[in-house]
Amino acid sequence: MINSNEIIDDIANKEYEFGFSTDIEMDIAPPGLNEDIIRFISAKKNEPEWLLEWRLKGFAAFKKMEFPKWQHFEMPALDLQALSYYAAPRKKKQLASLDEVDPELLATFEKLGIPLNEQKALTGVAVDAVFDSVSVATTFKGKLKEMGVIFCSFGEAVQEHPDLVKKYLGSVVPHTDNIFAALNAAVFSDGSFVYIPKGVRCPMELSTYFRINAQNTGQFERTLIIADDNSYVSYLEGCTAPMRDENQLHAAVVELIAMEQAEIKYSTVQNWYPGDKDGKGGIYNFVTKRGICKGAASKISWTQVETGSAITWKYPSVILQGDHSEGEFYSVAVVRNKQIADTGTKIHHIGKNTKSRIISKGISAGRGDNSYRGLVAVGPRADNARNFTQCDSLLIGNQCGSHTFPYIESRNKSAMIEHEATTSKIGEDQIFYLNQRGIDSEKAVALIVNGYVKEVLNQLPMEFAVEAQKLLSITLEGSVG
Amino acid sequence: MLTIKNLHAEVEGKKILKGINLEINKGEMHAIMGPNGSGKSSLASVLAGRDNYTVTEGEVWFNGKNLLDMAPEDRAREGVFLAFQYPVEIPGVSNLNFLKTALNEIRAYKGLPALEAREFLKLTKEKQQLVDFHSNLMNRSLNEGFSGGEKKRNEIFQLAMLDPQLAILDETDSGLDIDALRIVSSGVNKLRDAEKSFVVITHYQRLLEYIIPDFVHVLYNGRIIKTGTKELALELEERGYDWLKEELHLKESV
Ligand SMILES: Nc1ncnc2c1ncn2[C@@H]1O[C@H](COP(=O)(O)OP(=O)(O)O)[C@@H](O)[C@H]1O
Ligand SMILES: [Mg+2]
Repeated sequence: MINSNEIIDDIANKEYEFGFSTDIEMDIAPPGLNEDIIRFISAKKNEPEWLLEWRLKGFAAFKKMEFPKWQHFEMPALDLQALSYYAAPRKKKQLASLDEVDPELLATFEKLGIPLNEQKALTGVAVDAVFDSVSVATTFKGKLKEMGVIFCSFGEAVQEHPDLVKKYLGSVVPHTDNIFAALNAAVFSDGSFVYIPKGVRCPMELSTYFRINAQNTGQFERTLIIADDNSYVSYLEGCTAPMRDENQLHAAVVELIAMEQAEIKYSTVQNWYPGDKDGKGGIYNFVTKRGICKGAASKISWTQVETGSAITWKYPSVILQGDHSEGEFYSVAVVRNKQIADTGTKIHHIGKNTKSRIISKGISAGRGDNSYRGLVAVGPRADNARNFTQCDSLLIGNQCGSHTFPYIESRNKSAMIEHEATTSKIGEDQIFYLNQRGIDSEKAVALIVNGYVKEVLNQLPMEFAVEAQKLLSITLEGSVG
Repeated sequence: MLTIKNLHAEVEGKKILKGINLEINKGEMHAIMGPNGSGKSSLASVLAGRDNYTVTEGEVWFNGKNLLDMAPEDRAREGVFLAFQYPVEIPGVSNLNFLKTALNEIRAYKGLPALEAREFLKLTKEKQQLVDFHSNLMNRSLNEGFSGGEKKRNEIFQLAMLDPQLAILDETDSGLDIDALRIVSSGVNKLRDAEKSFVVITHYQRLLEYIIPDFVHVLYNGRIIKTGTKELALELEERGYDWLKEELHLKESV
């Protein structure tokens, strides 16, 4: 006689298999990471065979890798088998009204001046009104199309522009790069794709107008931006408003490719949930971002304002392959409560006369721990490579930490590498001085912090910079006194 | 305008102010003198609302309002200004931006709109001239790398800009050479009017030759032990404080 348990198991497994076929609707896949789920995701997205193979190669690489150990914090135990790797788009639970939203979140929106409709969209409240920004977006999409700019979701790009995707996918961040990149390669959900044709200067900041529709790209985002010869694009990722998010682990990959004399500016404001006062429940943000200046005299610059997440682990990098190419990294990273940020950049000087500039501003408050980790590598061919690094830390209170780990590897004698670092502290006497001039403590901190981060925020488009500034003061609210 | 009644305060469990009584009317110039460590800066700090001081007894009334109930920024907005003995440096914050923020916060408190950029600059120019403040210090970070004299002059410039009702100058004269002293005192004299009152804390009679006080108080061991007019300052200069201390001990032992 067959054991009844076995029968149940059998049936269950059958259903499981069956569940993975495309013709059955399913909102969320059962937890677990295996080849079946990868095949399922790929099929669901109607992907070509080569892409499925690439995903599977990513998975194979992932299985052989271990979590990194070199970062300046203890890696939390991540149970990757406990996660679900596929969710139908718009899986966020719709709330009936803003009354159901955390009042603290709403208060933050108020302070940021986010319009009501956007608040609803960000918190997942059903909205029936059409946003201005959405119609604006549609108008601009038409204009971009005329110029030959491709700006769409990654999934759409796979369908519409498979040759471009195939040519560049994984060319900057290979599926074997690191464990999180390998994981992303295997299970990436969606993301953005940008192609700027030769000689085109993209007339607007991509993604500002799209901040609402671009939500829900999921926890394994993948972005690919290609700027062809003599083109220019400024891309904004993220959103200054805090987002409701049910995913704890985020492992995104961003690849940038700049051809001859092309320029890519990539700006991020990251404001994910940092967890409660003890750091519980916050997002783990493990991102791999890398750009390559492939063509001569090309330029890539990363600007980031990192205020959210329980753990931020990211090192946007630039490979300066083309002669006379330039890479820049501007960063503000804020930690408070028990937040951890281990972030910085890697610049690889390969071509001749390449230049790089690194400006990192860490801010630590509460019991936060902030580490800057940077590598400037100069290859043997990179004659006259130049780097300037400025690495500052600002401490608020006595319990926070800040560390800098600058690494320099130079294999060319003509390289000139400069490194400057400062650490300062917001003192009670400074706050009191400002109080005595009629400025309250919150504004006082904001004034000091804004002065401190000015050089980085200046890199952001105006509107974004203003929001980032507000965000910083809200983030640091109550961290003094 | 300001009434201090039996004010007692301590810092880190140590009694510093031990019953201060002082009445300051509109338009008056008061000087407070006294040996080092007698509590002059502490009195200024308590009035400004520095939170490491605990008031254990007494009252302070400012224009009919209970000053001790107010947050430091509200005291400033109500019109209490303290020129610090040791002004702090705040890197990254430009002098100009700082002043604009301060001025507009005070204006907002009074229900006034923020000054437009042009008006603000005009005001800045005017006050710079009034107190002879170098315009090249305006765009620098607040007090960062300023010489001792420049810091003190910046305090007086801020005083001119923010136009408070009560200005407390804590040893603004110390560390100034004679030329700077003259410039600072002439700035203060130009700011004097019937509506404004001053408390000038100083060690030296020298300053009081330029800024003529209506009253001179001697603060010793947390108490005002003598009050007089400008002649008292001269007497102190000549005889020091010891005779006063003796007088005090005699009184106390009776
Ligand atoms: N933060 C503090 N902690 C402990 N004692 C203090 C503190 N600040 C001031 N004092 C003490 O209070 C007394 C008065 O100081 P202060 O008001 O600065 O005197 P003055 O300005 O008259 O020279 C001194 O004995 C000084 O040591
Ligand atoms: Mg003193």
